[in-house]
Amino acid sequence: MHLATYLGLLHTSLQTLADAFREVAKGHGDEPDVAHTCQVLSKRIDAQVEKLGPIVERYGEHRESEPERLHAAEFSETRSGAVGLLRDLQDLYALASFTDITWTVAGQAAQGLRDKELLDVVSSCEQDTARLLAWLKTRIKQSAPQALIAARG
Amino acid sequence: MRALIEHDWLDHEYLSQHTSGFAELKATVEPYTPEHVASICRISPVELLRAAEIFGTSERVLSTVLQGFYQSHQATAASCQVNNLHLLRGLIGKPGSGVLQMNGQPTAQNTREAGADGDLPGFRNWDNPEHVQELARLWNVDPLTIPHWAPPTHAMQIWRYAEQGSIKFLWISATNPAVSLPELSRIRDILRQDDLFVITQDAFRTETTELADVVLPAALWGEKQGTFTNLSRVVHLSEQAVEPPGEARSDLDIFLDYASRMGFRNRDGDPLITWKDPEGAFDAWRECSRGRPCDYTELSYDRLRGGSGIPWGGKERLYADGVFPTAASYCEDYGHDLLTGASTTPTDYKARRPDGRAFLKAAEYTPAPEQPSDEYPFICTTGRSVYHFHTRTKTRRAPELQKAAPDPWVEISPADAATLGLTDGDVVRVESERGSVEVPVRIGRCRDGVVFLPFHYGFQAANELTTTEWDPVSKQPLFKISAVRIRRV
Repeated sequence: MHLATYLGLLHTSLQTLADAFREVAKGHGDEPDVAHTCQVLSKRIDAQVEKLGPIVERYGEHRESEPERLHAAEFSETRSGAVGLLRDLQDLYALASFTDITWTVAGQAAQGLRDKELLDVVSSCEQDTARLLAWLKTRIKQSAPQALIAARG
Repeated sequence: MRALIEHDWLDHEYLSQHTSGFAELKATVEPYTPEHVASICRISPVELLRAAEIFGTSERVLSTVLQGFYQSHQATAASCQVNNLHLLRGLIGKPGSGVLQMNGQPTAQNTREAGADGDLPGFRNWDNPEHVQELARLWNVDPLTIPHWAPPTHAMQIWRYAEQGSIKFLWISATNPAVSLPELSRIRDILRQDDLFVITQDAFRTETTELADVVLPAALWGEKQGTFTNLSRVVHLSEQAVEPPGEARSDLDIFLDYASRMGFRNRDGDPLITWKDPEGAFDAWRECSRGRPCDYTELSYDRLRGGSGIPWGGKERLYADGVFPTAASYCEDYGHDLLTGASTTPTDYKARRPDGRAFLKAAEYTPAPEQPSDEYPFICTTGRSVYHFHTRTKTRRAPELQKAAPDPWVEISPADAATLGLTDGDVVRVESERGSVEVPVRIGRCRDGVVFLPFHYGFQAANELTTTEWDPVSKQPLFKISAVRIRRV
């Protein structure tokens, strides 16, 4: 069964995402709303990791060669300036979208397996991921015109 | 909130007919037991339950909300909970019951209505293309010239753009940010930037005019004509009493002159602004407000001359029918996630079919960005004195008021004063990570661990200490929470 592989993939992706949010919070301290919101959201992603933990254990997490190839992109380090901020937020958006669709995939398998516990986790984490994406989209839309048209350097 | 739900102090009929989101609200408040809330707020759980009982069982409840809510962290989330409490009990729009979400300044109500805070006029929704079209027709301009591609750029973000150099021209009218904004050393640095051109328009010299490139002398309220709208929707006409002194002109004259010199044009190439005086501006505003939640069409200068003030809308009471301005085609905004400030999309909003029902919105508690530490063990909160208004631009020129409160001070609890060995009048340095003030101590009513500084003063200014952080929805700075330490000088 490949679900275990996928849960492993989701688990690592969420950890990467939480770290990326923390990295952006640290790297963009001069944008207080970004720094604070990224901190708050990173903790919510930690909570997703925690919720997924017991299920990963139950299915047995396989970290063989397959998950490595399936692995989502890593977040390296933050950029600077208005365009740098925009680009970093886009990276977060891409990573969060990846976890979003992976929750969907896990949810589909949970339906097939009639796994009520996993379905509950998927349902709450999907809502939470929608919130991440909504905030990122709002902040990206806010930043884009100024960064692309008026920012210096 | 949780106690109200648990004890069933609810108006179930009102909830089902006039609100939406109860299940979500219930789930959000569920983990917040009286003990948990009491430990967050440092209050007694017994008193908390007693307060809930008073709210839950009284026939009439009136709530007022002001800066203590608006300038704390999670400000919008907290303010919404006051609305929620009233909605849970159906205590709104009835005699003796309601919520006054107050404005801090005269005619702050009308600046919101007219869009002077950066929103679109007449509570039009930036994310609703129909509203933007309507405005474009009214002004006879291309809708693309009306910025509506994102939520309005708020003041704190404008300052950030100025700091980064992507805004190069700042026009400051009738406010004094060099005293009133957080983290003043940063604000002064921004105002002094070589490539930022600053115009300041005010009736008197202020700390901000001293840092401006150009100062435009402006008339005061008694030196010009115009209207005021207060929180209760009452509109007053204020007639000119005297001519402004020297070269001072009314704000309206200054802006009209600017528009004319800039040659602002409409779609047909005619002047964009067709009115020339306050009454003309008022009539244009009446037309702009037609059919919107703040409809002024019934009012006119002539009618306002007939009495001491008339509420717009005419109705005796708002929300008496339990119908709220939430219909998707009518609402001012599609709303936000209270935790992050993320905009609700039009599709999501419409899917909830609010249709005049009020939203019961809530968010989980998150700690404030700045917490007391070993190094900065006190929480500093800033606020007002009864003797001064805002940054004293006018009140320090009123001898009686100036005499009553000439200098700033720090208020501190008796227990904290005893621990620090301080008595009334001792001069201390109150210091945060960002700056410090040296002021005399007043032993007062603060709770232990909390100190208070009045924000009015431009010297030893409280905002040297405050932090550049704001609420995710309202964008108001968090003036009420800075971690500080106190040392005797």
